[in-house]
Amino acid sequence: METKYAITVDDLTVAYNYKPVLWDIDLAIPEGVLMAIVGPNGAGKSTLIKSILGIIKPIAGSVKIFGKPYKKQFKEVAYVPQKGSVDWDFPTTALDVVMMGTYGSLGWIKRPGQKEKKAALEALEKVGMLSFKSRQISQLSGGQQQRIFLARALVQNASIYLMDEPFQGVDATTEKAIINILKELRKAGKTLIVVHHDLQTVPEYFDWVTFLNVKKIATGPVKDIFNDGNLTKTYGINYKVSVQE
Amino acid sequence: MEITEYFNLLFTDYTLQTITLGTAVLGALCGMLGSFAVLRKQSLLGDAISHAALPGIALAFLITGSKDSNTLLIGALISGLIGTFWIRGIVKKTHLKSDTALGLILSLFFGFGMLLLTFIQKMPNANQAGLDKYLFGQAATLVSSDVWTMCIIAGLSLLILLVFWKEFKLLLFDADYTKSLGFNVKFLDVLITFFIVISIVVGLQTVGVVLMSAMLLAPAAAARQWTNSLSVMVLLAAIFGAFSGVLGTAISASSNNLSTGPVIVLIAAVFVLFSFIFSPKRGLLFREIRYQSNRKDLELHKTLAFMYHIVKTHDNINHPHAIKILNNFHGFTRKSLQKLESRELITVTKTMWSLTEKGFSTAANLYNQQEENE
Repeated sequence: METKYAITVDDLTVAYNYKPVLWDIDLAIPEGVLMAIVGPNGAGKSTLIKSILGIIKPIAGSVKIFGKPYKKQFKEVAYVPQKGSVDWDFPTTALDVVMMGTYGSLGWIKRPGQKEKKAALEALEKVGMLSFKSRQISQLSGGQQQRIFLARALVQNASIYLMDEPFQGVDATTEKAIINILKELRKAGKTLIVVHHDLQTVPEYFDWVTFLNVKKIATGPVKDIFNDGNLTKTYGINYKVSVQE
Repeated sequence: MEITEYFNLLFTDYTLQTITLGTAVLGALCGMLGSFAVLRKQSLLGDAISHAALPGIALAFLITGSKDSNTLLIGALISGLIGTFWIRGIVKKTHLKSDTALGLILSLFFGFGMLLLTFIQKMPNANQAGLDKYLFGQAATLVSSDVWTMCIIAGLSLLILLVFWKEFKLLLFDADYTKSLGFNVKFLDVLITFFIVISIVVGLQTVGVVLMSAMLLAPAAAARQWTNSLSVMVLLAAIFGAFSGVLGTAISASSNNLSTGPVIVLIAAVFVLFSFIFSPKRGLLFREIRYQSNRKDLELHKTLAFMYHIVKTHDNINHPHAIKILNNFHGFTRKSLQKLESRELITVTKTMWSLTEKGFSTAANLYNQQEENE
């Protein structure tokens, strides 16, 4: 049987000020995987995600979501940006931020109503933040802000989730809570792509992995390719990770 | 003219009514759009745009020979827009940062504008007097057609804000995410910037190119202190802006026609100062008060928690204990015991204390909360 690909990336090259950040990336991500993108700082992990989302324009190459360009498929894709990418002193509440997840399907001009509010409240409950719904967002801790971003993506009710370091700066409890939600989503047939930093937890959390360092080093099932060879190739130093069998 | 006399005249004098309405509408317009500039961290953009408008005013006069304010403002609009696009171009095409680009364009355009003004003043033509009013503004020169222009632009801006409220809010908070949801960020960006430029341009006659940016920023900065809701912030900024405009014009008009711009900006600055100090949630005063009372509460909670640990080992929570056993615990004083008693958390009888039901449950919850936070 032919595998269905959620995302296909062809010959993608991205450069900032003539310096290549991503070089000739080919990537085919099968539907229904929970995939980690790993690589050192400056490897282009965030850039790859932003290029898939059409936020950054590549100088060459193409990205297809279920075989079509992103512009036609944005309703299929949910995005969790890095927590630090926004100003949390913005005058708004937690519920309001989560409601933003519904704006895409609403389209231009139309305002969110009861249906959207209900969806947002459900998402808040799922991430365990319902009691914080009226909280001003600057009053939330880092972990809570991360949960709010996750809830906002959940509201989008998409097929593909792209997450930029969702575990950054969160405590162990929140990390467990988030990974449980991700695993639940995968069970529901969603495709999840997560920029991840903690190599120790890759085999435990993910079933698919992409090694990235400007070029694509390897991509495939964790059990096949998550090994010292690929880690060394990606990080440039001799890497030893004890993979639990 | 006294300022009270000014406000009395307001009911009868058509000219004063025109000027007052104009400055109120202008203040509201600038406050409203200024909120967006502040939240987008584009505060300095307004400064650059207003300075960049000056050569446009001078050139419009040189070309048409007319001093009609609408003609001059079209010139201002064009050169303001050119300045804005150059700033964007510089940031995009070179390695220069936006503050450098803003500073460059601001001084370049302003310098050119001043040069043209000096040139115009040397011209053998009696018609040129009054162009320098655009430097610091003169509300007294407003006529009803100017006020109409302001009202139309304010109405249009309000309409645009209401129609695209959801999109603008999203863009202000998280531009990348806005793009990922399929919205045309460039369109929104150009739209909001265009209206900011227009509102600056219509304010030039009243406030002047030098201080116009304060008219955008001050009401918004003051409003931010009082609320955590974007809609309330925009509304408050509009109100603060309108009051600054009206009061500033009244003061400047009633004291020998001072330049209006500086007076309006000073009034707006008073709003800002007052808000920074006295706003209940973010103000300096209440922050200090909250800090002090938190510290006191913390002391009490520590004592209460200590008592709770003693009481927990007994079956009867009301069982009295000697005050003495608190002696080796730091932080308790007679006063703190009195305070706990006055809050009905404990009862004190001579040398003994005991927790009340309320005290016990308060202490227990205190403990739970701490565990949750950890």
